[in-house]
Amino acid sequence: MSDEITFTIDGVEVTGTQGQTIMQAADQAGIYIPRLCWHADLSPGGSCRVCTVKVNGRAQAACTYPISEGMLVQNETDEIREWRKSIVEMLFVEGNHFCMFCEKSGNCELQAMAYRFGIATPRYPYMFPQRDVDASHPDVFIDRNRCILCGRCVRASRDVDGKNIFQFVNRGRETRIAINAEANLADTALSAMDKAVEVCPVGAILRKRVGYAVPVGKRKYDHEPIGSDIEARRAKS
Amino acid sequence: MTKPKIASTSLCGCFGCHMSILDIDDRILKLVELVEFDKSPINDIKRFTDRCLVGLIEGGCANQENVKVLREFRSHCDVLVSVGDCATMGGIPAMRNGIPLKECLAEAYLDGPTVHNETGRVPHDEELPLILDKVYPCHEVVKIDYHLPGCPPPADAIWEAVVALLNNKPLDLPYELLKYD
Repeated sequence: MSDEITFTIDGVEVTGTQGQTIMQAADQAGIYIPRLCWHADLSPGGSCRVCTVKVNGRAQAACTYPISEGMLVQNETDEIREWRKSIVEMLFVEGNHFCMFCEKSGNCELQAMAYRFGIATPRYPYMFPQRDVDASHPDVFIDRNRCILCGRCVRASRDVDGKNIFQFVNRGRETRIAINAEANLADTALSAMDKAVEVCPVGAILRKRVGYAVPVGKRKYDHEPIGSDIEARRAKS
Repeated sequence: MTKPKIASTSLCGCFGCHMSILDIDDRILKLVELVEFDKSPINDIKRFTDRCLVGLIEGGCANQENVKVLREFRSHCDVLVSVGDCATMGGIPAMRNGIPLKECLAEAYLDGPTVHNETGRVPHDEELPLILDKVYPCHEVVKIDYHLPGCPPPADAIWEAVVALLNNKPLDLPYELLKYD
């Protein structure tokens, strides 16, 4: 095939096709690049920076950077691991992440990422910000304490649901997810079956009355680190 | 040879982490062979009698008394371990951190729907430790050497950690033992 592109990730030769991102090619090859704001069914956001890799020596987001012939990608180096770890730690101290009673615990991608990186506790001081909860909707609630501003709901609601319900407001540490209604989530066109609800990586947007359905020990990340499914592909090939 | 000493305490915690210590089951007999317990709720020794090798801290700092005890542990123990989410991040008690202290006290002692308080005042007595503006994780108050998250941390994680510390070995917890819930 003429549009085949060969490059290396940590010295391992990877073959992808023209137009693929580093993450897509790596996934296919069974090399896991950690990610949070990325979702298989959505356009890449490139905002969380957990997927940062070095391309020919420069830091780039693997979820948005296109592959090219012969490029050198570094993924698992001490320096990059340290960057990713500190991003996850910052996300933990910036919000109010009380895993012990969160319905998402065990299936949460932020938590799973911290487990994968072996984070016992963040090195940064906790901010304990004041965030609000909107439980006005009959079937869905937003708990902004747990929001990591990945923007998945924004992209899903805009591109998949076609409802444009979620958007970021404010800047910097004041940034938060807002809705396209004057006051409450109940006033929006949101449905519990929307993609925007399904894609939240943490417990910020959740369906009501389905929490804690899976017992501890049988949840998604109880035994296998996040990314194991992708790495299993490599073992097979 | 004298046995190394170990101490433990529950600051602003629910004693669940101490329950998890007991959850090591029959290994507790082995633990007694390995170490001698100094100040700890397990043996009810109230004051330090000697310098300790390991101090296990459950709970975060919510009041002056917690800070005093934690500092005492720091000065008596070679190695301090934060055990459980309350010690490592404040835990459930830290849910009040986003709410001004005045409002918390008013809800608890004055305005709450089930409050019966004829004095109409927030309890204030020399005997009561002064409550802090918010709940602090232990490592934001003193230097903490190791962290064991979990609510509570699995008994196996506590066991592995204590055994590693006693044998001067690096602690390499398997994936399943590092949990936040």
